[in-house]
Amino acid sequence: MSKRVSLLTAFSLACLLCNSAVAEDFTIGTLKISEPYVRAMVPGAPVGGGYMTITNTGTTDDRLVTAGSPRAGTVQIHEMKMDKDVMVMRELANGLTIPAGKTVELKPGGYHVMFMKVAEPFKQGQVIKATLTFEKAGTVAIDFPVGPVAGGTGGHQEIAK
Amino acid sequence: MTMGKRIFAGLATALLLVCGSVGWVAWHRSEQASAVDTAFGAPFKLTDDRDQPITEVALQGHPSLIYFGYTHCPDVCPTTLYDMAGWFKTLGPNAGGLKAYFFSVDPERDSAGIMHSYTSNFTDRITGITGDPVEMQKAIKGWRIYAKKVPTPDGDYTMDHTASVLLIDAKGNFKGTISYGEDTEVALKKIRNLIQ
Repeated sequence: MSKRVSLLTAFSLACLLCNSAVAEDFTIGTLKISEPYVRAMVPGAPVGGGYMTITNTGTTDDRLVTAGSPRAGTVQIHEMKMDKDVMVMRELANGLTIPAGKTVELKPGGYHVMFMKVAEPFKQGQVIKATLTFEKAGTVAIDFPVGPVAGGTGGHQEIAK
Repeated sequence: MTMGKRIFAGLATALLLVCGSVGWVAWHRSEQASAVDTAFGAPFKLTDDRDQPITEVALQGHPSLIYFGYTHCPDVCPTTLYDMAGWFKTLGPNAGGLKAYFFSVDPERDSAGIMHSYTSNFTDRITGITGDPVEMQKAIKGWRIYAKKVPTPDGDYTMDHTASVLLIDAKGNFKGTISYGEDTEVALKKIRNLIQ
């Protein structure tokens, strides 16, 4: 009996350890949040950008309305787009709609979660804990691993086009 | 043709040639004058990222890459500076005397110290420039850059700004842009054209 328990404990611990450094998927209700990551912050800059893919596998629309993190004074949801050659960035005051059955990507050059008033800059290799609150699904705790300054997850470099 | 008519024809042709030459020289001269007039940029008195005064003189005599951005920018600016660092690495240590400048469109928040920390994170070949906001407006307007403060509900603000890198030759003439997210090979080709 005790042997089985200790084996089970060891196995569970091993599983937990495996998950710690790799970008995970998170689920809340019918929403799936995959591959969240934040960019390493540039020294001198007090803001950091967070990205992820959100899929709504359900039949009702939902909205990402707020976000928070102990590592940041404020977290906002932003849209960035290029208006010809001018960069335009706006807070989405009403949040970001995740339509039923659709996938919304937050990626460099587009939507992002902006961590502001960050006291200690994010360094590549760290994991930033944050919460995302959806209008219908509620609040979910997300781990954002810190990737390179250039954007993209640790494994492959993606430059926004 | 009679002799008289021949002389007349000859004179007429000569006159045409003379008028044509004068006209051509005048047109050529005026074209040169307007090329000098449309040289990009404007005089400015700003501060570099080592807290030293810098003026438009620093940009003369060598080709330059000029970029306007700010540090409260989570995406476009880090990506662009990262790309610029990559181009310098590929071009090698001399790169035809090419220098790069990162002007802050947000000089009120971006101090020299912040600019130094920021640019040196990417490469030591980009000089950060900040300083008096009124002087910065001269540079912004001189290079035809768009920069606008956009207040946010919490009393803070972001900046909308031109995200392209400007290519300026050694004489201060505008030679083109590299857009945000431009293909690396295309960007390098444009720079090689600039520095040769």
